[in-house]
Amino acid sequence: MDICTSVNIAGVELENPVMTASGTFGSGAEYGEFVDLNRLGAVVTKGVANVPWPGNPTPRIAETYGGMINAIGLQNPGIDVFCERDIPFLKKYDTKIIVNVCGRTEEDYVEVVERLADEPVDMLEINISCPNVKEGGIAFGQNPDSVEHITSVLKKHAKQPIIMKLSPNVTDITVMAKAAQAGGADAISLINTLTGMKIDVNRRTFAVANKTGGLSGPAIKPVAVRMVYQAANAVKIPVIGMGGIMNAEDALEFIMAGASAVSIGTANFHNPYTTIEVIDGIRAYMEKNKIYDIKELIGCVK
Amino acid sequence: MSKYTEQAKVVRQEMLQEGIYSLILETDKIAGEARPGQFISLYTHDGSKLLPRPISICEVNGSTLRLVYRVVGFGTGEFSHYSQGDTVKIIGPLGNGFTIRDKKPVLVAGGIGIPPMLELAKGIHAAYPELEITAVLGYRDSRTFLVDDIKKYAKVVIATDDGSLGIHGNVIDAIKQENVEAGVFYACGPTPMLRGLKAYAEGKDIEAQISLEEKMACGIGACLACVCKTKNVDEHSHVHNARICKDGPVFDSKEVEL
Repeated sequence: MDICTSVNIAGVELENPVMTASGTFGSGAEYGEFVDLNRLGAVVTKGVANVPWPGNPTPRIAETYGGMINAIGLQNPGIDVFCERDIPFLKKYDTKIIVNVCGRTEEDYVEVVERLADEPVDMLEINISCPNVKEGGIAFGQNPDSVEHITSVLKKHAKQPIIMKLSPNVTDITVMAKAAQAGGADAISLINTLTGMKIDVNRRTFAVANKTGGLSGPAIKPVAVRMVYQAANAVKIPVIGMGGIMNAEDALEFIMAGASAVSIGTANFHNPYTTIEVIDGIRAYMEKNKIYDIKELIGCVK
Repeated sequence: MSKYTEQAKVVRQEMLQEGIYSLILETDKIAGEARPGQFISLYTHDGSKLLPRPISICEVNGSTLRLVYRVVGFGTGEFSHYSQGDTVKIIGPLGNGFTIRDKKPVLVAGGIGIPPMLELAKGIHAAYPELEITAVLGYRDSRTFLVDDIKKYAKVVIATDDGSLGIHGNVIDAIKQENVEAGVFYACGPTPMLRGLKAYAEGKDIEAQISLEEKMACGIGACLACVCKTKNVDEHSHVHNARICKDGPVFDSKEVEL
């Protein structure tokens, strides 16, 4: 049976709809010891800024019921090291490269986007939704005017298609999705983490040093599926869905809700083979149900 | 050196002291590749607990691994109930481990930092049988564990917080009181102990390899949760944060700030 799992996001053809969620997979080197990176639809890298960022104090993570809270604070080596080391590493593999871009100011984002213009990367994912940094991140993502503004500015400078990564920490996700579309985004991805908190009752203090952190994992999946559904029905651009995907069935929920592709994040920590298991599981579902083209499933639940 | 995930089989488990357990696991490949100072992470059977628990390797015997751990929460609580025939998913071997030197070895450890010293003492003894090994072990009180195991390879000096056994005080007090001479220190234990040893070793210009811990998620160097402050710019992120799980857990004391 000839089965087509490829999807097209803003003109970029992915062999399958499964990618990695930024920040959970580095630039692939560490998980490459467990999975064949060639099989992934795309690798979405850890966020990279114009200069190295040291991130937050430790502890940076805490486990919660069905999930975890993180406040890494976007530690990254800066765009120079990234271009010298991480892009050549990923180019050795037959997968698409999506670079997650972060910044404190509009100028920071522009600098990274311009620096990547002539690099062999397929798409840029713009992080306007990190809850763990004081400046930048979510500050750009919680107001529709600033979402539209930063999108339109970056679209002018970017040579690759841009994906705006949206925050779930908003009243109405459709407003932000439409703002990204209005600014010229080629796609949107959601959800980033939900701002959370955990108290360590033995130490009588916050479980993560940053006090608050981003909640991820299967605990947030129903919220994420709902937001992907709402966003996909509000805009015409492709939606990349994520939030607590642990297996193929979870991934199919997002696809049926309207996601053209999905990202695996926290599940990598629980099972380093999750990405491959999801790819194989989606194919098995299609074979079993005689679905010849995955596009038949995208947004099939109305 | 590779890393693996495996379903390990419980060979045996016993309680060494209240809250301190010794778990022996049969592995496929992990034990065969493990080195002193490395660790493995164990996944609980509860699907609502996503993250594996890092535990140091106490001893390797052929294809078995021995873990000695303290029950501190849900995960270690679950592990303490395992018995012969149970299986547990593990990932490892993780981290870099100690670098064994041809110098007079002094092992310094406190509390649940003591277990990795056993495999290290065995490793030093195997590599340099002529070296006399000293182990300075700190406990809260006379409820010790692993002393007899370590005594097979090393002269043991005990310090207790309450003075109920050995020297009354911490491991640094014991080193000073017993005039313990070192060519190299290998250490694992609570941060205040490591801070004290770092100052002592650096004051005497003696190499100290110290094993650190921090809350971890991935355990393989991808998520950047378990970092420690380094003196120089680290190779991975080009800031001053080394990854304890991947670049460590063992560091030259001069490279890190505690």
